[in-house]
Amino acid sequence: MNGITIWSEMFTMWNRETHFMKKLILTTALIGALAAPAFAAQPTEGEKLAEKQELNFWILDALKTLDPGKNTDREGSDALRQLFEGLMNEDVTGAVVPGVAESYEVSEDQKTYTFKLRDAKWSNGDPVTANDFVYAWRRVADPATASEYAWFMELMNVANATEVTKGEKKPEELGIKAIDDKTVEVTLIAPTPYFLKTLAHPATFPVPQKVIEAEGDNWTQAGKLVSNGAYKLDQHDLGVQAVMSRNENYWDNEHTVLNMVRFVTVNDQNIGLTRYLAGEIDWMDRTPAGQFPRLLQEYPDQAISVPDACSYAYLFNMSDKGPESLKDIRVRQALSYAVDRDIIVDKVLQGGQRPAYWWTHWAVEGFQQPDIEMAGWTQAERVEKAKALLAEAGYGPDNPLKLTIQYNTSDDHKKLAVAVQQFWKQIGVQVELANYEWKVHTDRLQNQDFEVARYAWCADYNEASTFLDYFRTGGYNNGKWSNAEYDKLLEEAKTAADTGPLYKKAEEVLIGDMAMVPVYHYAKPMMVKADLRGWPKENVMNDWYAKDMYRVAQ
Amino acid sequence: MTGYILRRIAIAIPTLLLLIVVSFLLMHAAPGGPFTQERQLPAQVLANLNAKYGLDDPLWRQIINYVWGIVAHFDFGPSFVYPDRTVNQIIAAGFPVTLTYGSIAFVVAVAVGVSGVAAAIRHNTWLDYLAVGTSIGAQVLPNFVMAPILVLIFTLWLGWLPGGGWGGPIYWIMPTVALSTSFMASIARIMRSSMLEVLGSNHIRTARAKGLPERAVILRHALKPALLPVISYLGPAFVTMITGSVVIDMYFSTGGIGRSFVDSALNRDYAVMMGITILVGALTILFSLVVDVLYAWIDPKIRY
Amino acid sequence: MIDQISMKSLAARLSETEVKGRSPWADARHRFRRNKAAMASLAVLLLVGLFALFGQQLAVWSNEEIDFGIIGQAAQLGGPSLENGHYFGTDDLGRDLFSRTVQGTQVSLLVGLIGAAIAVIVGTLYGATAGYLGGRTDAIMMRLVDIMLAIPYMFVLILLLVVFGRSMMMLFMGIGLISWLEMSRVVRGQTLSLKNHEFIEAARATGVSTWKIILRHIVPNLLGVVAVYATLLVPLMILSESFISFLGLGVQEPLTSWGALIAEGSGTMNYGTLWQLAFPLFFFCITLFAFFFVGDGLRDALDPKDR
Repeated sequence: MNGITIWSEMFTMWNRETHFMKKLILTTALIGALAAPAFAAQPTEGEKLAEKQELNFWILDALKTLDPGKNTDREGSDALRQLFEGLMNEDVTGAVVPGVAESYEVSEDQKTYTFKLRDAKWSNGDPVTANDFVYAWRRVADPATASEYAWFMELMNVANATEVTKGEKKPEELGIKAIDDKTVEVTLIAPTPYFLKTLAHPATFPVPQKVIEAEGDNWTQAGKLVSNGAYKLDQHDLGVQAVMSRNENYWDNEHTVLNMVRFVTVNDQNIGLTRYLAGEIDWMDRTPAGQFPRLLQEYPDQAISVPDACSYAYLFNMSDKGPESLKDIRVRQALSYAVDRDIIVDKVLQGGQRPAYWWTHWAVEGFQQPDIEMAGWTQAERVEKAKALLAEAGYGPDNPLKLTIQYNTSDDHKKLAVAVQQFWKQIGVQVELANYEWKVHTDRLQNQDFEVARYAWCADYNEASTFLDYFRTGGYNNGKWSNAEYDKLLEEAKTAADTGPLYKKAEEVLIGDMAMVPVYHYAKPMMVKADLRGWPKENVMNDWYAKDMYRVAQ
Repeated sequence: MTGYILRRIAIAIPTLLLLIVVSFLLMHAAPGGPFTQERQLPAQVLANLNAKYGLDDPLWRQIINYVWGIVAHFDFGPSFVYPDRTVNQIIAAGFPVTLTYGSIAFVVAVAVGVSGVAAAIRHNTWLDYLAVGTSIGAQVLPNFVMAPILVLIFTLWLGWLPGGGWGGPIYWIMPTVALSTSFMASIARIMRSSMLEVLGSNHIRTARAKGLPERAVILRHALKPALLPVISYLGPAFVTMITGSVVIDMYFSTGGIGRSFVDSALNRDYAVMMGITILVGALTILFSLVVDVLYAWIDPKIRY
Repeated sequence: MIDQISMKSLAARLSETEVKGRSPWADARHRFRRNKAAMASLAVLLLVGLFALFGQQLAVWSNEEIDFGIIGQAAQLGGPSLENGHYFGTDDLGRDLFSRTVQGTQVSLLVGLIGAAIAVIVGTLYGATAGYLGGRTDAIMMRLVDIMLAIPYMFVLILLLVVFGRSMMMLFMGIGLISWLEMSRVVRGQTLSLKNHEFIEAARATGVSTWKIILRHIVPNLLGVVAVYATLLVPLMILSESFISFLGLGVQEPLTSWGALIAEGSGTMNYGTLWQLAFPLFFFCITLFAFFFVGDGLRDALDPKDR
């Protein structure tokens, strides 16, 4: 486990550096042009390529859709990033590099971006034009498409996105237009520091208008799908596999090494691991809970854990529908203190996750660690304080605090809930567990039909605001926590030059009032074949591109 | 006979209607709709989604539309969770898979299971006890235990078979084995007791009294009537097969309709879930009809 | 799957003996006692029953307590041991498997017994009523059974649990309410042959009400068939429950059942914690074996064949 820690620290350092550089570029250069060469798989001197250049990637569930405008899940995004290419890509470190856009210019007020497109082609040989992007973006925002990711255009602050999504304005009024075949202009409603990063998200990928208009909903079927990424779709058997092969028409095809990418569905993680060990799968990005230490010992060259930009917490329901007890800050603090995060991380999950004492994932770019009192205490101290606080709040053996923890069906959530039940039992809290399917769980969260509920948030882009926004008054905020100072800090951060201290302060307010129980920051304990190179170890978003990978002969 | 078949078909229609209505109402009673997700959708998007899938109509109208779509166009509508696919496409892709491994499993099960006869002939001997014991054992071992054991042995340790996926016959072996064991055991048990029943009957005694060799008695006179209960087991076995396909699809990534059903139920994909339920219901009815006809054909004593 | 042919034969035989006015039970008891497999199975069932009832008294740990000395190192430290009180070892969370197996046994047996009981009560009353009333009522009632038999019941059960949320009550209801259909058919068949017997006709002639005849005269005479059927139904109910648990729709944590324990254990069988599968699977198997043997033995005892 030592290796992981050391490596993580290096990662943090690296992160600060790029953050600094990014600020430099954004503040000093009003006209930024990306002249750096695009990243592609580049075997270094002395590396001998393997004969078979294939990648079999494990996915837990069937791919729901291959339509960039309709995709909602992470596995779908992984697949789409191979098939399609947006204006920007990410390199192995997560930095934004040019994709279909060759260069871009930013206006002085930082509200207008003009992208110059390179000579890229669709897999059927048609050129990729500015109109393909305009059509795709309008399609996502248009309520007639009913895309579940229409909100992404709002998140990007594209002009009129909110109005178009609501049906108040026509899709044609969305702030994107084609100046000519090779020039796209995007208008934003406010300077948006993370805007470029969102351009690597599948919701912004171009789609082939002609094919969609001809084939309707069937356009994503193998044989019909036309794509502009490094790969094209050969075969897609729902619940079995999706097979992609090299797209000869891709603009950077000569630098692509892997000939074939296969997304293999295995619904059971343990069977998935068995099949990895049997050589049928090359990359399994989530090993079964508790198995990572053993795998690290037995396969040190293949097991690795990388940080993953999600945080896990137990939400308190502080709305009118919630229990009176949770409105008492002493109760909330006691419950938070009593959770032994080290046991959860080191004994239950055992996959390189880190205990959480605040909300934002530690590896998020530019995030400064807040000063949280409880982080420095020992667990014994925390339990002692928790007991005292509960007694102070009027709960004891004669009048025990009773709560229900709600979680959605999953082995890991179950294990954690069972453990937390025991932690809270130690301070005299009686806990009942209630397990629901994901949809029901979500529905109950949104209607405030819970007392304490398991929840996790994953970053939409690599900046702290994606986490902190959750607890804003009027944000998703299912527990209905509300704090004026917190809201004010986030508002300030929107236009501030240096957001770090503001986010840090916001975290301190959030935990000061114990709006939830932060539990742990995610990591991905993975198994990757040792001969696979070019996959992102240092991208906390864990976005990957098969075109940047290759396999070496061993 | 024809009258009977017509009557059975006449019952099938209200049965399917009942199935549609009940599952439709159940699904709609559930908290969390198909578009419930972490980020609540803007009202307009939700309204559009509802309009697109016809969820904004009153419930009775939705049911009528749905049934009409099936009757008039054999159209089960679009999937809610797989926006690129219609229910027809999902079933068309998954059902042949389920049918393939299911029917192979069934043939294997019948072939092996009928050997339960041997146990019956040597009633109350060690062979009998062994056969009964093994068959109960096989019936009792859940296929969700069997499946991972098979993958461990044949994929990881021996490296003989692919651990999952769907393609040529090599992919059929493990699903078939995992699925057929419990059928096999049931059939062997039924076969044994019905053979005992037949061997104790008067016409076998007559045959024996005539001095026919035992082998001839069994093959010519006992086997056919003893097969009757196995035939009547075809119907329930079919349903068990579909249910078992949930486990098979999950462990062997075969892409059959079993997993689609569970997925659709958990994801509130009304359309897929209803489509599969109706398909399975219709096939259950069809199977029991075929079984009854077969039965009457073998045993002329039965009158309808 | 319960073999319908031998059930019919049994039913026929039992209504025959009734005519002769002699109870088949005394002979049956004698025959059952001579059936070694059935007697041994009965003993096994008794032991499993005792295990479920009193096992908790022997346990050092409760079924939900986490042993913080073991959690996370189940493969190294969690094996079966007499010293630390984990006789059957622990699960991955360091919870005592002995105590969890005891508690899982309780739940599974309860599901099996209650499921069978619902099937027996509903099925007997329904079948006896249909058979006794006959005519149009019978036709309608049995058509209804036909219709319901065509419903893929595991699918409906999954739906019920997804829609109404999981609870012990729902599980009992769901499993029990679907299993009475076949039962009612068998019972109806026997009622048809019973109802023309003299003692029934005598009762009817003296003006005993229909309900009383069904409850006092028909139902008691169905006992043999029902008993055999119910015994064979219990393992099927337990199997259904295990499948539901495998899908994650079973009882709520920290409660557990054989199905849930087996599903958990089979996931980790290759990770050096085989006891997590072995103990629950052992209890599961011997109990189901025993129920099948007792059921078959009971049937053979009540319906002996000259073989």
